[in-house]
Amino acid sequence: MSATSTLVSSSLTSSNTERELVAFRMGEQEYCVDIQSVLEIRGWAPATPLPQSPSYVRGVINLRGTVLPIIDLGARLGLPVTPPSARHVIIVARIGLKTVGLLVEAVSDILTVGEELIQPTPDISCETVRAFVKGIIAIDGEMISLISLDGLLPEEIVQEAA
Amino acid sequence: MDPMEAIKATFFQECDELLGDLEAGLLTLETGDGDLETVNAVFRAVHSVKGGAGAFGLEPLVRFAHVFETTMDMVRSGALAPDPDVIKVLLRAADHLADHVSVAKGNDTALGGEDGLVAELEALSSGAGTGDAPVPSIAAAANDEPDFGFSPMMISIDDGPDEAPAGVPDWSVSFTPKDVMYRNANDALPLMRELTRLGPVVVSCDVDQVPLLDALDPLGAYLTWNVILTAPDVARERILDVFEFVDGDCLFSVEPVQAELPDLSFVLPDLEPLIPTAPDEPEPALLAEPALAPIDAAAPPAVAAAAPAAAAAAGAADAPSADGRASEAAAPTIRVDLDRVDRLIDLVGELVINQAMLAQRVMESGVARSSNIALGLDDLEQLTREIQDSVMAIRAQPVKSVFQRMPRLAREVAAMTGKRVRLVTEGEGTEVDKTVIERLAEPLTHMLRNSIDHGLETPEERRAVGKPEEGVVKLAAMHRSGRIVIEISDDGKGINRERVREIAIKRGLIEADASLSDEEIDNLIFAPGFSTAATISDVSGRGVGMDVVKRSIQALGGRITIVSKPGHGSTFTMSLPLTLAVLDGMVVTVGEQTLVVPITAIVESLQPKPGDIQALGPEGHVLSVRGAYVPLIDVSESMGWTSPDLTGPGVTLLVESGTGGLAALRVDAIQGQRQVVIKSLELNYQQVEGIAAATILGDGRVALILDVDALISLRKRTAPPPSFQLAIAS
Repeated sequence: MSATSTLVSSSLTSSNTERELVAFRMGEQEYCVDIQSVLEIRGWAPATPLPQSPSYVRGVINLRGTVLPIIDLGARLGLPVTPPSARHVIIVARIGLKTVGLLVEAVSDILTVGEELIQPTPDISCETVRAFVKGIIAIDGEMISLISLDGLLPEEIVQEAA
Repeated sequence: MDPMEAIKATFFQECDELLGDLEAGLLTLETGDGDLETVNAVFRAVHSVKGGAGAFGLEPLVRFAHVFETTMDMVRSGALAPDPDVIKVLLRAADHLADHVSVAKGNDTALGGEDGLVAELEALSSGAGTGDAPVPSIAAAANDEPDFGFSPMMISIDDGPDEAPAGVPDWSVSFTPKDVMYRNANDALPLMRELTRLGPVVVSCDVDQVPLLDALDPLGAYLTWNVILTAPDVARERILDVFEFVDGDCLFSVEPVQAELPDLSFVLPDLEPLIPTAPDEPEPALLAEPALAPIDAAAPPAVAAAAPAAAAAAGAADAPSADGRASEAAAPTIRVDLDRVDRLIDLVGELVINQAMLAQRVMESGVARSSNIALGLDDLEQLTREIQDSVMAIRAQPVKSVFQRMPRLAREVAAMTGKRVRLVTEGEGTEVDKTVIERLAEPLTHMLRNSIDHGLETPEERRAVGKPEEGVVKLAAMHRSGRIVIEISDDGKGINRERVREIAIKRGLIEADASLSDEEIDNLIFAPGFSTAATISDVSGRGVGMDVVKRSIQALGGRITIVSKPGHGSTFTMSLPLTLAVLDGMVVTVGEQTLVVPITAIVESLQPKPGDIQALGPEGHVLSVRGAYVPLIDVSESMGWTSPDLTGPGVTLLVESGTGGLAALRVDAIQGQRQVVIKSLELNYQQVEGIAAATILGDGRVALILDVDALISLRKRTAPPPSFQLAIAS
């Protein structure tokens, strides 16, 4: 009962001040994306590598008949590439008109966060961080970075989608 | 989509069909095979386009269609003979009508040359009036009709019968919809509106049949509309045409009247109760003079019989619409949004993949082939294939839609080149997937042009070698072993091999002393760079060579071959897949990956012997194929997966690129040939060089389909000069 009321209250208020976010872990760091762009979360499956693709493109997998490209999110952000294991998770998300799989280590939580709790990204030199991290949230002494999915795909894709 | 837009889209779809019918009909008439039914079909097509366009307020289209229709009406009534000159104008009018539709769709913006065409059409319709045709002109026919039909009757009318014959008739239209008309989603209002196009109207509604509320069937139809139309120049059949779409779903009559409009509308309400009126015949209520009632009783056929010309026209108008319904009933069709069909095809593709996955898993689990579960899977497999075939058949269309554009092209090219051509088509009913048909038009157009322009001789040349002056170009389609084969053959002079050879040497395509078989020389015309510049003409040689044709055929997963006999003509044969949704592929293994090579690109597979592979330059390798050398492409290396290991075992596939270049693809093993469902990579990712598309294998994993052309051009820098490739092009 209390769970229901929480849901109702969060959905009532999320339209103006609160956002629901999917939090996940990559390396030792916590990141999150807006739940509205997430379609589903599924286990890791071996991907078919693509030729002539950036190192963060893991290849393509079969998602119920659709060819789904897999982006190693950590590698995209410049973190060291870790070989995917059975524990890894694919977050199926929508970026523009395309559906892509984001490879992350593990999904940790679903958060409801007030807009005012999202702090601006500190000004650091790393370009990929500046490009993708759109804010920082502090919860229970932990720092979670909010990622924007726009521009995550290789250049040509963004141009095509635009 | 906005509902109005949806209706409009349907209208444009219908337009495409109608325009196709229109042209086909005119072409039939041109050959002299046309009968009255053909003329009517053509008329109906123009009329239907006009009617629909009117509903959407497409004024310029309606205006032009009206002129066109008027001329067609002359042909229909026999006043204008459909001789070749007339048909030529009508064909151009059909073209222009198609342009109008295109403009209305928003595809085109500019329309030119309409005035001239309108003038020609009008000249035809008025010019016919001076001829010896039975009916002088449409307008005259309209005026004559009452003279023939009604003068004797009019005498019994007290009121001004003497002026009647010379007078200007108005039309009294009585229209009683049946409930079925409303159920067919027709409405009286658009019909009334259509009548107002013909002239000023006075409309009154007869509500006598409306029952009391408790007896009222809300789905019933009780109203009768009486219209006095002041349109002296309008022929009776023009009015009948307005009601063509609701024919059979309503009672209506169209009668000439002489009375003044205001009188009638005043007199009407008073007289109504006095006139004995049959429930289904409300006209007398409208017609002030009781003496006119017998005319109504006589009914339209009797009236028409009195006016022979009108009878022919009216009868013709009625008969075909009945026929049209009959043929529709014979093969009922539905119109479906293409997206839905595509979705269905996608789903069936997934079903096929899932079925294959399931079968593979069951086999892996070690179940005996004869066990119930394995047998059940066999049944499932059969069923899946049948479903796949049936679903693919939904998108299938007869090649007729492409073929029927060709006669016009043939005539135009013949006119431009001064040649005489008879185009024979065969197998128009052969069905292929819609996407294949759409992409077939361009290569076919080009090849037909070539056949006439380059293949056929001029009438004089033909006479000189003892051939009939008229050349024959045959266009044939047939199904052969799961593919469609399209042949274009001519009985012309065949390929001038000396000339081709000269050009090829001049362009550096072959060495001057190369010894080529006849077949190899013929195939040179497909070589890129083999321009027809030496034989340029108005018709072909517009910078589009046969290499482009070959490439577009290959892009469709097809092959093209040529057989030519000097003095007897050439035959081009295209073999194409029936659909672009599935592909015949050779499944190969490269490292840990499984890849698919399109069968159409594969010439043969070879097991190289030690020493067959030679290094050429720092990193290039060539494969010896019966004494000739072709560039060797290690697929694994091209994909960026491994560095080449050309010493180990492996298999090579001799492949041919769209531009005719040969290469050998080295893979680890060949698994076998199978049909795969093509899945787009661009949908969620982007184009990848060297990869044409993806597919999903029985184990559920994605396999990439190689783009052989791109692979070869990727390795161009290590490829030997073209003469090497041509030397083994057999």
